[in-house]
Amino acid sequence: MTPTATIVADRLTRRFGSFTAVNAISFEVRRGEIFGFLGANGAGKTTAIKMMSGLLMPTEGTAMVGGFDVSTEAEQVKRSIGYMSQRFSLYADLTVRENIRFYGGIYGLKKAVLNERAEHLIRDLGLDAEADRLVGELPLGMKQKLAFSTALVHDPAVVFLDEPTSGVDPITRRQFWEMITAAADRGTTILITTHYLDEAEYCHRISVMVDGTMAAYDTPSAVKSTLGVHTMDEVFLKLTRTSP
Amino acid sequence: MSALPHLLKKEFRQIFRNKAMLPIIFVLPIVQLLILVNAADFEIRNINLIVEDLDHSRTSRELYGQFEASPYFRVVGAPATTREGLDRLDHDKATVFLRIPAHFERTLLATGTGSLALDINGIDGQAAGLSSFYITRIVADLNRNIVVRERKGALQTAGRVQVKERYWYNPDLEYKNTMLPGLMVLLVTMVGLFLTSMNVVREMEIGTIEQINVTPIRKWEFIVGKLFPFWVIGLFELALGLTIGVLVYRIPVQGNVGLLFAFAGIYLTVILGMGLLVSTRTQTQQQAMFVSWFFMVIFLLMSGLFTPIENMPTWAQNITLFNPIAYFIDVIRLVLLKGSTFSDVSRHFGIILLFAIAVNVLAVLSYRKRAA
Repeated sequence: MTPTATIVADRLTRRFGSFTAVNAISFEVRRGEIFGFLGANGAGKTTAIKMMSGLLMPTEGTAMVGGFDVSTEAEQVKRSIGYMSQRFSLYADLTVRENIRFYGGIYGLKKAVLNERAEHLIRDLGLDAEADRLVGELPLGMKQKLAFSTALVHDPAVVFLDEPTSGVDPITRRQFWEMITAAADRGTTILITTHYLDEAEYCHRISVMVDGTMAAYDTPSAVKSTLGVHTMDEVFLKLTRTSP
Repeated sequence: MSALPHLLKKEFRQIFRNKAMLPIIFVLPIVQLLILVNAADFEIRNINLIVEDLDHSRTSRELYGQFEASPYFRVVGAPATTREGLDRLDHDKATVFLRIPAHFERTLLATGTGSLALDINGIDGQAAGLSSFYITRIVADLNRNIVVRERKGALQTAGRVQVKERYWYNPDLEYKNTMLPGLMVLLVTMVGLFLTSMNVVREMEIGTIEQINVTPIRKWEFIVGKLFPFWVIGLFELALGLTIGVLVYRIPVQGNVGLLFAFAGIYLTVILGMGLLVSTRTQTQQQAMFVSWFFMVIFLLMSGLFTPIENMPTWAQNITLFNPIAYFIDVIRLVLLKGSTFSDVSRHFGIILLFAIAVNVLAVLSYRKRAA
């Protein structure tokens, strides 16, 4: 294990009956790294993320997240991660401020810290005028940016982002990636799944999952040169085509 | 630091912001208590009666007069022929058709017996039964009068048995006094069961449950956070119902209200646990609603609110032993109308406590399974 690794997966496996969704994947993600999880639908990305975030027990293998074992120390793992799923995760019937305070509060942030972070976050997102509006009234892009910020409100070591940018316009997507990069620069480890292959280029390293296994695992440029192709599209097609 | 205060704050906010829930909490109880109590009155008055008198005797006129004087009947006509009388019954112009045959009085005096013909619209079985009962009473009165009249003197005072009823705990047999407590139970149950099951399922439906599951919130904190607001609202409904009952209907409060709330507190945990159980078996609010309704209807019809449990067949009575609503209706009537104390209803307390434990253990177990 590298001293700076915040995620270490070792032959992580999950089976549902006779179906193996994730088949003995091993990888490491360093502190402050943006790690891209690519793969077709049903390749096992979401299952892998669910195991690493303590939502699903691994059938075999281990994963250490923020120094805690996901199988035996799920509670500590949950304390040290942030999570943003592909489904909208904020409460539409609570205001912007209430949502931030709720999610900060359940992680046990002290009131003073919570207030300060909430106000800071609202300012950073430029939501001062909307702070007391219901989240349901915000445009989708803004909701996703808010959801990301909220996932970071308790200052987690690792953030899992499960297709955070699907359905978002290109400008918001760009802003979203700026936020991700800024968070990584502050030392937060990011593990992100995406369908947009151009987004893979923003990742420090990527893995491509095919049928529950990792078909590639390196920097975007190294993956491309290994396969002798020039674009991520070609990487994706080449790797996923080999499977029946 | 526990996450519970934050969860409770969030739940209360969401409940009071939900435009569908507020009317259910505040308007439904008032409407139910103000309208249903008056409507769900089993007493039948002003039954439309038609009388065909073919006898035209003193006795037949006396009988006619007694029907006219009775608050239960309203004599709405005297058909000229039997055919016309039956026609009116057919066209819902009358509910009861009484025929006094010719020579009724003469036969009665000669043989000591006489017969009357009675046709009752039986579509509403309960009303028909009650009409027949009232008529029998009036005819019994008539019989007595005839006996007295014909055997003047000695027999008049000798050994005449008369039943004089006295109804305990509800001296005037006021239907409101028995209906209202039952309706309060219904209210508390509906609010508890429907709103809880829908509220938990809602979180699954909108997908935020997944977000909650990745936080360090413990299962019990989430469950308590979801159920506690409706526990409070359930007790509030009971208080509201009692207030309306006392102020509007002047129902008696013979027993200790604290005892009633103590029972309601335990009872609500049973109902909320059932709501949670329903929510673990359903995926959408609609499904939760239908399943809750299914149980609600069974519980309600077998609760003793509309049909006395004693009148049910044995197998049905055995089912009511597992009906929490039946126990609460019993307790609320006993405490309000009879002034029963804890020792009188301790058996009810014990049983409902067992229900509470069983239902909630089951609910928490199946909730865990789902999330695992």
